Amino acid sequence: MPQLDPEFFVSQLFWLVVVFATLYFLMSKLVLPRISEVLEERQDKVDDDLARAEKLRIEAEAALTEYEEALAVAREEAAGVLKQATDEMKAQAVEQQSAFSRKLAEQSKEAEDRILAAKTEALGNLKSVAAEAAVAATAKLIGVTPGDGDVSKAVDTSMEGQG
Amino acid sequence: MAEAPNGESGFPVDPMHQFEVQAIVPIHVGDLNLSFTNASLWMVISAVAILLFLGLSMRGRALVPGRMQSMAELCYEMIANMVRDNVGQEGRKYFPFIFSLFMFLLFGNLLGMIPGSFTFTSHIIVTFAMAIVIFLAVTLIGIMRHGTKFLSLFFPHGAPLWTAVILVPIELISYLSRPISLSVRLFANMMAGHILLKVFTGFILLTGVLGVIPLAVLIGITALEFLVAVLQAYIFTILTCVYLHDAIHLH
Repeated sequence: MPQLDPEFFVSQLFWLVVVFATLYFLMSKLVLPRISEVLEERQDKVDDDLARAEKLRIEAEAALTEYEEALAVAREEAAGVLKQATDEMKAQAVEQQSAFSRKLAEQSKEAEDRILAAKTEALGNLKSVAAEAAVAATAKLIGVTPGDGDVSKAVDTSMEGQG
Repeated sequence: MAEAPNGESGFPVDPMHQFEVQAIVPIHVGDLNLSFTNASLWMVISAVAILLFLGLSMRGRALVPGRMQSMAELCYEMIANMVRDNVGQEGRKYFPFIFSLFMFLLFGNLLGMIPGSFTFTSHIIVTFAMAIVIFLAVTLIGIMRHGTKFLSLFFPHGAPLWTAVILVPIELISYLSRPISLSVRLFANMMAGHILLKVFTGFILLTGVLGVIPLAVLIGITALEFLVAVLQAYIFTILTCVYLHDAIHLH
């Protein structure tokens, strides 16, 4: 077994110490600080990013709340405006309706008056026509010409009796 | 790892040849043989590969890591978590050592899978040196932190006093055998795996057309060896963490 040959034992130990000591020195002074630096940097960056993300999230939530509040206010306002407009329109409609019905009543009253006048006139005419006819009929039948007062009285009486 | 025909046994591959240390640049200081060998070369290659891998992949310092950077960060975080979970907050200052240890073993084991390379973790002297240094360092840390209270590590808390006669020797032996089990586990795993690869290569050469059968097995073993390479580096490292935990927290 060449491993047990002591010829190179000292050489092996010597070079092991030299190589490993050099390796250890370079590792601890150069290589490992660099790796740990990079890893720390990354950890810091990740932590930083996480913190920033958290901050942004809180900000976004605040913005959302604000927006919802503004939306609610706007909604209320819109409802107010709508109500006002409706009320106005209702009032206007009522006013217009009453004006129209007033006008309508006026017109119908006028028409009724006119009808009444015409009726009165017609009735007056009817009375004189009836008196004339009664005078003529009386004269023809009995040859007596009644006085105007009697005739009109008689006509009135019979017309009243007719209703 | 070069295949040397072994004329005596008739087996076409010498499975032990791959473990032979050869001097590339012979250096002798006094009586000491400090030659730069193929084992040393692969130690250097491993270290350079680790530094290049980590250095180049982290060069971009990208916030969103690419593939290479992810791999480097994965290694870092795996060991960081291992140290944190097993040793705790006090383990932070030992992290560079444990990370270097893990990467050195991992790269040593994985680079050893390259045909023709040298697996320095398959040498008991190398793994034992690491294990004994860890053992001594951990013991020293324990004594410096706790003084004589460190000795309570050898007697489970709450056990009846008379059991100390049995328990203390057992705990002591298990404690002292830690460097041996730690180093032998890694060394034996790496050596056995590499021998197995060579033996099956020999079977392929011996069986001719029928060699497809050992070839299929060889492919499976190769995959298994990659797993073992990673796993053994991991086990060595996590046991180091566990020993460190014992020394710092005394069970």
